[in-house]
Amino acid sequence: MTMNSQSNRALYIVPDEPESTTQEAQERKLSYPLLRVMDLNVSIQGKKILHNINLQIPEKSITCIIGPSGCGKTTLLRSLNRLHDDQADIKISGSVMVDNEDIYGKNVEVTHIRKKMGLLAQRPTVLPMSIFDNVAYGPRIHGLRGRRKLYRIVRTQLMAVGLWEEVKDRLRSPAIRLSIGQQQRLCLARGLAVSPEIILGDEATSALDPIATTKIEELFLSLKQDYSIVLVTHTLRQAKRIADYVAFMYLGELIEFGTAQELFNNPQHPLTKDYIAGSFS
Amino acid sequence: MRKLEEKIMKVLMLLSSAIILFVLGFILWKIVQMGLPSLNWDMVSKTPAGGFYLGKEGGILNAILGSLMLIGCSVFISIFLSLPVALYINFILQRKSRASGIIRFAFDVMFGIPSIVYGAFGFMVMMYLGMQASLLGGIIAVSLLIIPIMVRSIDEVAAQVPKDLLEAPLSLGATRYEMVKIAARQISPGITTAILLAIGRGIGDAATVMLTAGFTDGIPTSLMQPVATLPLAIFFQLSSPMEEVQQRAYSAALILTLLILILSFSTRYFSRKFSKTRI
Repeated sequence: MTMNSQSNRALYIVPDEPESTTQEAQERKLSYPLLRVMDLNVSIQGKKILHNINLQIPEKSITCIIGPSGCGKTTLLRSLNRLHDDQADIKISGSVMVDNEDIYGKNVEVTHIRKKMGLLAQRPTVLPMSIFDNVAYGPRIHGLRGRRKLYRIVRTQLMAVGLWEEVKDRLRSPAIRLSIGQQQRLCLARGLAVSPEIILGDEATSALDPIATTKIEELFLSLKQDYSIVLVTHTLRQAKRIADYVAFMYLGELIEFGTAQELFNNPQHPLTKDYIAGSFS
Repeated sequence: MRKLEEKIMKVLMLLSSAIILFVLGFILWKIVQMGLPSLNWDMVSKTPAGGFYLGKEGGILNAILGSLMLIGCSVFISIFLSLPVALYINFILQRKSRASGIIRFAFDVMFGIPSIVYGAFGFMVMMYLGMQASLLGGIIAVSLLIIPIMVRSIDEVAAQVPKDLLEAPLSLGATRYEMVKIAARQISPGITTAILLAIGRGIGDAATVMLTAGFTDGIPTSLMQPVATLPLAIFFQLSSPMEEVQQRAYSAALILTLLILILSFSTRYFSRKFSKTRI
């Protein structure tokens, strides 16, 4: 149902809207998706969590997945980098294409898939090692050696997340000593250090205070120049602030997908309308 | 009413803490009081000379070194056997799966087996193999005794590792083995605790070593020779009718207590110094 409504979308755009140029650019991006989810079904312990999800995520932009709790947002996000693999009693069918490669394909190496996607969890999960080693961890496990090379990566990534100035004098101290907002930025830097194409965020700001949240959001906005970002969020306001594209899910189904502009200003499905209006959450 | 309830609970908690502290203090005081007079340099630097157990010259260096050798080797072996088990049932198997439940249950049963049974079992195996009471026999029996302690106490902390932390390395493209390494690092303070518990339990146990390690006045030079241990040195001297020898038992007990204190303080100190998980 989603894809059908998409083709009609152009009709609803008012031509003299000031954002129309970016709007058009966004529409264009939709035709060259980086990540394609096709007929994805996930059931856990016999209970169906995701029903026939079809979704195309455009590159170099922020896509927010919204919806009430328990609608399958997180399950969908985790399916994108196969984090469900180790769970017992789980059944997954359908495919997820990244760079025209099905990540659920037979000969796909899972570490290779995950390297392409950085994951930012709800709470920061710093590794039990120093700040430096946290960022250097990814490159190291992928075989990079040499202090100078590692140092360069660490510095670049810490600068990218705006943490360098705060920690440059204590790179050797345990990462756990940072504040929680700093830890989350460190986790982001750690994810960026393996040069992923996609950043996945699972309510990545829900444990943070407003100032730290703003910092992370600003980071996402600047990172979308180079990365494709998929965020699960349950704060509608956050989606409004930063999303280029929005997917609305309800009870395991993808109800509507479109540019943020369309979805927030002109939702097609009554459920989307109700959710955005705040009738349920 | 609720205030009163709170007060009663507070008093109860204080009381139990006080009782335990009192018992500990009393034991320590008694050991020091009885053991200090006969504690001298000879005690810790000499092996028993002829007639030591009749109150003559000598010391218990044989038992001190014997106990250290025995516990050192046992802990070394046990950590290599129990750490993989604890990591396996927590991070490779599903935490609450049937298989890890069965393994946990097995170790709970082993945990409950009295140390004399391990001693007897070790003795039986040695008989079967045609071995004599020896350092090796003692090491095997003590290892059997402390492995369940280690597995269960590492398991307790491993179960606390948040799932997110395990997914962090995975989402960077780490393999399962690399993920387990991170987990092991995270629980390293817990591993230290497990080692300390095992040392405390193993070094003080008389029943396991009585049948398996034997007793000797010399210091063993090979794994096949019998070895003396502090608990047995205490036991033998305490059962002597001579008061002088009995007093030496208390100084041996004092030495054993000090040894455990030194071991646990230094282990804690070093693990804290090198730990990256603590603040």
